[in-house]
Amino acid sequence: MSTCAHCGSEIGPASDAGPDFCCRGCQGAYTLVRGMGLDSYYQRRCIDPALRPLKPDEDAGPIDYRAHVQSGEDGLDSLYLMVEGMHCAACVWLIESLLARQPGVAEARMNMTTRRLVVRWRPEENDANRVLAPVQAVGYHLQPYDPARLSKEGERQEKALLRAMAVAGFAAGNVMLFSVSIWAGDGGSMNPATRSLFHWISALIAMPAIVYCLRPFARSAMTALMARRTNMDVPITLAVVLASGMSLWETMHGGHHAYFDAAISLLFFLLIGRYLDSRARGRARSAAEHLLSLGASAVTVLEADGSRRLLPPEQVRVGMMVLVAPGERIGIDATVTGGLSEVDTSLITGETVPVEVRAGAAVFAGTLNLSGALRMVVTAVGENTLLSEIVRMMEVAEQGRAKYVAVADRVSRFYAPVVHGLGLVTFLYWVLFTAMAWQEALLTAISVLIVTCPCALALAVPVVQVVASGRLLRRGILLKSSTAQERLASVDTVVFDKTGTLTVGRPELIREDAAWSEEDLVLAASIAAASKHPVARAITRALPGVRVAEAVREVPGCGLEWGEVRLGGRRWLGVADDGAGRSGPELFLQKPGCPPVRFAFTDRPRQDAAQVVARLRRMGLAVELLSGDRAETVAQVAGELDIKQWRAGCTPAEKCARLTELAAAGHRVLMVGDGLNDAPALALAHVSMSPSSAVDVSQTAADLIFQGGQLGPVIEALQVARKGSTLVKENFVLAFGYNLITIPMAMMGMVTPLIAAIAMSTSSVVVISNALRLARGRMR
Amino acid sequence: MKAILMLIPVALSLGAIGLAAFLWALRSGQFDDLDGAANRILFDYEDPPPETPAPPQNPPPGA
Repeated sequence: MSTCAHCGSEIGPASDAGPDFCCRGCQGAYTLVRGMGLDSYYQRRCIDPALRPLKPDEDAGPIDYRAHVQSGEDGLDSLYLMVEGMHCAACVWLIESLLARQPGVAEARMNMTTRRLVVRWRPEENDANRVLAPVQAVGYHLQPYDPARLSKEGERQEKALLRAMAVAGFAAGNVMLFSVSIWAGDGGSMNPATRSLFHWISALIAMPAIVYCLRPFARSAMTALMARRTNMDVPITLAVVLASGMSLWETMHGGHHAYFDAAISLLFFLLIGRYLDSRARGRARSAAEHLLSLGASAVTVLEADGSRRLLPPEQVRVGMMVLVAPGERIGIDATVTGGLSEVDTSLITGETVPVEVRAGAAVFAGTLNLSGALRMVVTAVGENTLLSEIVRMMEVAEQGRAKYVAVADRVSRFYAPVVHGLGLVTFLYWVLFTAMAWQEALLTAISVLIVTCPCALALAVPVVQVVASGRLLRRGILLKSSTAQERLASVDTVVFDKTGTLTVGRPELIREDAAWSEEDLVLAASIAAASKHPVARAITRALPGVRVAEAVREVPGCGLEWGEVRLGGRRWLGVADDGAGRSGPELFLQKPGCPPVRFAFTDRPRQDAAQVVARLRRMGLAVELLSGDRAETVAQVAGELDIKQWRAGCTPAEKCARLTELAAAGHRVLMVGDGLNDAPALALAHVSMSPSSAVDVSQTAADLIFQGGQLGPVIEALQVARKGSTLVKENFVLAFGYNLITIPMAMMGMVTPLIAAIAMSTSSVVVISNALRLARGRMR
Repeated sequence: MKAILMLIPVALSLGAIGLAAFLWALRSGQFDDLDGAANRILFDYEDPPPETPAPPQNPPPGA
């Protein structure tokens, strides 16, 4: 089978766009790219099979970008966007070139690491929607975001870490230069004056660098001590402060040993770990946070004088009259005053069958208006909407989770007192029971602190995490929280949401024991092709590339009319509601003189859902299904996927209650969900995952986000987490084993700066290379 | 000894120059997009082409 020249997916036999394309959208995109003279894109790109193919998506609701434009002082308008669908560097080039060729565009710059795009253009020459149209036509999804709401904090911290790392690296390298000469001359070939000079120069380089680089650690150690806790940073800070202080004292008194090199290279190693860690997590966070996807749809406000105005949702006030067109996402909580339509509430409740609304009905932000135009009065905005209420519930649940203590900190809770105790014992022993001067005894005690100094220990966890999150990132799984991996490894129960998680989240035609003939389907599909209604689109999807019927009339709230033929809902066509077998949306086709034919739709499970559930069970995990949908639908999906434990009709609070129940029974739960109704449960669960198609609130609540149309990443993440936790344990064993040898040596006063330096670096290297094993090899 | 006294400041100042260069690069945003920078060099960013595009060809089969 040949592949599409634009998106690279397979071409179906019924393609209406010729032998080279899978659909008309791709054909149009290809023509557009070639017309711009950018067709070398197709030779240069490499398609990432794990990602969504670059197909222009007609189903995506229209976003009005004009509401998010920011006008700059230089007379240029700018728009900040998050790009979805990027495969490789050629995509960056294509997007930037497409935009640069639009009239009026002054600048288009895309950051490949964060996938953010900034476009600036002259407002008198072009407008936002027209500037972005070609990029969307090629198949990228653009999501506006507000840079002001993006926390600059993380970025600044990362830069500070990188700066500290550079300073530490410079100082460590130069101090080592002198230390090596001192060690080489230790046999007596270096006279004390030269040694003293070298110590002084070392001090001059190392002291400012230590003061500068210790700050991140000292700050965290202080915070922990203030809260009467200890963490890894306490022994680090103490060791570095004592070592450099003592070395300074030694230097001033012309002493033999100085530990400047040990102190600064310790900081250098640790800063590398910290920086890698913050980078890996920062990338995942930046991809997930601060999208305006729900708020992205501007609200059409009807003014008193009859004029219409587009407003971003946050500027809408209670009591305003709002118009919602069919196919548009409702941005506010409101009461319907006019019009008749169906509303898809699956994001809020998880229910797949659309709900009918008429005057007097209440609708909520985040739901999708399907068939007819609605006129409504705003009842709640901002903090008071149902959406915000769910967010509040989620925040409360999240506070509970903040109590989780990272493995490294748990270890350091008993490790730090032991180390400090040993140092003290060493000092007291040498002072009290031997004739050693107290300065020398203190030096021995410090060498205990330095060799035990949790270099390997502090690296043991972050390195494994960095390697693991790098591996997961390549598979399209973003790890947002630093402890998620540890929590994931201990999971014994997996709870799934149904709509959009186990299932695809959009209706698909049921072909089995259908009452319609192939001829009916062709007719229905060609009529439906004229409409944007999700159910109509579903029937068009069932028969791709069908010829579009001409002169189809859309009857708002009812259906489609093509001459004498009607395609629409049960009520419109006067079919009696027998209530039987209604587990999903349906459509009826009525040809003149014939009884209506029923097309039934269902939300199918994801392709690999059954396999994943079976695999999870083989891995020894209990699988459960919690859905807000009706019982029949849930029962059907649970039966298909062989899930014994399921509950239907759950409200967000009930989902939380079930999770609390499971937690009380001692289970560690992984929650996988995507809807708004799952957000509180996602925040409450021991650890949680969301597909990247989830609403932004859920993505904020979840610890991990996975891309692509399959559930396989759930297994991949669990396996990497389990392997990672084994490696962390191995690393702890290695680090402790090394300490078992070095601590007695240090306590006996046998450790010189040379031995300390060698021991410290070898243990770090061993721990790092052990962690790197996670990056290689297959998970089976 | 004289050589050392001269070499030490030379070595240190060379190192310091490197450090300063790195800090400057960091400040001017050169580390903001490491992936993009690595790949951008592979593509030509030219001005828009003249009005008449190249004569049309058949699309490559299965590109």
